[in-house]
Amino acid sequence: MTVPQTTFGSPEALMRDADLAQLHETWSRPRGLWGWLVTTNHKDIAERYIVTAFIFFILAGILAVIMRIQLAVPENHFVGPDLYNQIFTVHGTTMMFLFAVPIMEAFALYLVPLMVGTRNVAFPRLNAFGYFTYLAGGLQLWGALLANTGPDTGWFAYVPLSGPAFAPGKRVDVWADMVTTTEISALVGAVEIIVTVFKQRAVGMSLNRIPVYVWAMVVTSFMIIFAMPAVMTASGFLPMDRMPHVNTHFFNPAEGGDALLYQHVFWFFGHPEVYIIFIPATGFVSTIITTFSRRPIFGYIPIILSLIATGFIGFGLWVHHMFATPVPNLGQSFFTAASMMIAIPAGVQIFCWIATLWGGKPVLKMPLVWVLGFIALFVLGGLTGIMLASIPIDLQVHDTYFVVAHFHYVLIGGAVFPLFGAVYYWFPKMTGRMMSEKLGLWHFWLFFIGFNMTFFPMHLLGLHGMTRRIYTYLPETGWGMLNHIASSGALFMGLGVLVFLYNALVSMRRGEVAGENPWGAATLEWTTTSPPPKYNYALLPTVRGRYPLWENFAQTPLVSGLSTDKREVLSTSILDAQPEHRYEIGTDSILPLLMGIVTGIFFVVLVFTPWIVPICAGGWFVVMAIWFWIGTGQPQEKHKAHEYHEPRSPGEPGLSLGSDANPSPQT
Amino acid sequence: MKTLRGQLSALLLLMLAGCAGNHQSALDPHGAQAYTIHHLFQLFFWVTLVIYVLVLLAVLYVIVRRRREEPAALVAEIPTAQSEKRSTVTVGALVVLTIVILFVLLVFDFSAGRTIAALRENSDVQIKITGHQWWWEATYEDPVAHQEMTTANEFHIPVGSVVRFDLESHDVIHSFWVPELHGKKDLIPGHPTSVWLKADKPGTYEGQCAEFCGAQHAHMRFLVIAEPRDKYNAWLDHARQPAPEPVFENEKHGKQVFMGSTCVMCHAIAGTSAGAGLGPDLTHVAGRLSLAAGTIPNNPGHLAGWIIDPQRIKPGVIMPQHNIPPKDLRDLLAYLETLK
Repeated sequence: MTVPQTTFGSPEALMRDADLAQLHETWSRPRGLWGWLVTTNHKDIAERYIVTAFIFFILAGILAVIMRIQLAVPENHFVGPDLYNQIFTVHGTTMMFLFAVPIMEAFALYLVPLMVGTRNVAFPRLNAFGYFTYLAGGLQLWGALLANTGPDTGWFAYVPLSGPAFAPGKRVDVWADMVTTTEISALVGAVEIIVTVFKQRAVGMSLNRIPVYVWAMVVTSFMIIFAMPAVMTASGFLPMDRMPHVNTHFFNPAEGGDALLYQHVFWFFGHPEVYIIFIPATGFVSTIITTFSRRPIFGYIPIILSLIATGFIGFGLWVHHMFATPVPNLGQSFFTAASMMIAIPAGVQIFCWIATLWGGKPVLKMPLVWVLGFIALFVLGGLTGIMLASIPIDLQVHDTYFVVAHFHYVLIGGAVFPLFGAVYYWFPKMTGRMMSEKLGLWHFWLFFIGFNMTFFPMHLLGLHGMTRRIYTYLPETGWGMLNHIASSGALFMGLGVLVFLYNALVSMRRGEVAGENPWGAATLEWTTTSPPPKYNYALLPTVRGRYPLWENFAQTPLVSGLSTDKREVLSTSILDAQPEHRYEIGTDSILPLLMGIVTGIFFVVLVFTPWIVPICAGGWFVVMAIWFWIGTGQPQEKHKAHEYHEPRSPGEPGLSLGSDANPSPQT
Repeated sequence: MKTLRGQLSALLLLMLAGCAGNHQSALDPHGAQAYTIHHLFQLFFWVTLVIYVLVLLAVLYVIVRRRREEPAALVAEIPTAQSEKRSTVTVGALVVLTIVILFVLLVFDFSAGRTIAALRENSDVQIKITGHQWWWEATYEDPVAHQEMTTANEFHIPVGSVVRFDLESHDVIHSFWVPELHGKKDLIPGHPTSVWLKADKPGTYEGQCAEFCGAQHAHMRFLVIAEPRDKYNAWLDHARQPAPEPVFENEKHGKQVFMGSTCVMCHAIAGTSAGAGLGPDLTHVAGRLSLAAGTIPNNPGHLAGWIIDPQRIKPGVIMPQHNIPPKDLRDLLAYLETLK
């Protein structure tokens, strides 16, 4: 076995070859397809998530292009209303539930364990289950669309239009069950991230030293935990209203139910959802700006507090999606105030980013280019957001293309641009090779110009009265020209994405070899090899500050004493990350897949009959019984805290390292 | 940056010009409520535009002036305490400024809201609007029961008076929106509500359903026709009259066709035995400007096409196709043309 070398000293060199080989053996998955099905390594799962989510991004992008072709000229007959309504519904549903939230969690599932310096996420098998559930939800939605049973009542599926009386057939049931399925996986991801961050951080990484990105993911995960149950209420009650023989009438006004209640429940989730997508993106932005400004971020604490404030205020805005409903004016005005208030933490972050760039000397590499694009677009989207917070203005532009423009600026400008930046930034870590900067610039400019061509005219279309979700419009409306420009822009965006795919595929094989830390970044993931070994770190790192690699990392002790023959992680305390005990986590297992299959079957068959509930309850019982019976799959021992070996002083072989010869960024 | 500048100038041009021939633009207000909103929008627009330009300039300055010449030098620098302090003061001041601006905007927002709310008083015209998939039913309310009048998709109102629209829906959610007069209001089943409009100039204002309501959401349009009070009163008096009796033989035969076919299952014509309420009231259908909720112009050719195959014009519409012999169809059209 070859020992990977790192520039920060080779922890491997401090281990006996036999120990290292055993560590490798312990953390490797079985060979072949079986290994692929049973793996519980966070990097395997996260890579799978990322690739799947990008495939859904491209599929939903194709739907967007179809919509733009249909709307390019008035009274077009490219697709009819029935298909168009399925297309815009599946586009929105896919982008929100199958792309945006999953890909943000996917990056976190890859990066968070590396950034906090641990070997795997807290509950590896649950994590694998989360992916299979997500995949089941995605296949359900897209299978239904291909069978002309795609949901057609919008990604919000307002009742009564989505109720039994006005949406016969199974289309809405597919939507609701698919939403519930994917939210299970979102919740799983959130739990993984929170527990991993709270209990498995590197020794010394106290709360005030956690990287900003990791903080962003903690806030996001808490938001997921509070928001997703609300939408699962909506997506659970709706099929119960629709199901023959169940007919609960939660939302049926004729039987004492309430159509407005659905909107409250949906948007109580729906608004935090956009922050669930946006906050991870701000984490990317903070990370990239820090690295490429070549200095610590300005205002670490204000930024963290802003993230947390956003997480709280984000739950107090949902009625601004409902200003046109008969909710009383006084009540609505509180939500106006809250909607404007959330601009404050957003502003704080933007000012801190600019101050960081200002106080550093920015290196204009692709990740930073995407971040600059992000600032240009997101600030515009944020400012139109302030307009939407105003009730009178909202009454004019609500449900028009102005809103379509606004949220694409916020979601594409605010989340997809940083996401592309993140891909360029961490691609070397994930694959070991750099992406092409030249193709990257083509990608950026095609996408940036195409984006503005597509979505900027929509502001004007909305102000000129073009409502959302219409499959065509009359020539007399005068909307033809701007729509035509918008549709041409979509072409450029599509080309940009193709350049990106080409860049990624070619760079993966032939890109420049990256090394451990091509950007000279400061966080822990850059100390291990690219791509990282299955066990992430041969000896777990410890930290003494927020920017370990800029703070004489070579002199920082490493942790020894974890078993090499068992999958052990180090559990640390929540506040100060002091070592508590060794903890054995689950090994590879087929059970997550079985559990995912049972869950997938449940939500597919639930579309047709409620009798699947008792049947799958049996299935779950069997799988979970085995799951709990066999435990981690390893002999159980009690590990007490005192068995942990304290990091010793630098230079002592086998426990910590110090090598003055190694180059590291100095202050 | 070039694209951005181009966009901004295009934006300003288009905002000034509006879409030619379009009567559905929030940027071209013709009613008291819409004026108030437009003024507020302009305030927000200019304030946010200035902020946006300043932020962009700051970022551009940082990148252009302070870009590292030699990107290969990957060395981090810890900024001095003094420069950090300067940044802290600047950022702190900007945050305070942000809060102040937001507060000012909030005050203007609430004040605009109150102005609009104050326009609710003194409405002597009340129209009950019922949203249907996919057309609009209007009942002109009157204390005298037989004076009540029902029509569809085109609503006349007096200029300069506040008119109350009582909104309700019994199928799905629709949203009532006439951009040049006011913002929108949702028609949610089980939650009847009202909206007050006041047109300042005579004219025809286009409206459209703004809440997704199914297959033909795109073709659920309507007109608000604002007229001087005397003209409005004349229109209302005429609209209250039952349909005139047909005079000529072909018209009489056309009426027989109407009464003897599926038409009567859904439509009403006042003064005849047709009294169903599933589709638009046809008592004065020939007096309307368009058909099928603003989808096609109202002329005999389009009307014939609509009667024979509405699914071609408005796929998914509830009205079925009709197989009517040519002579019957001609007479039916002749009869419908008498319903002015």
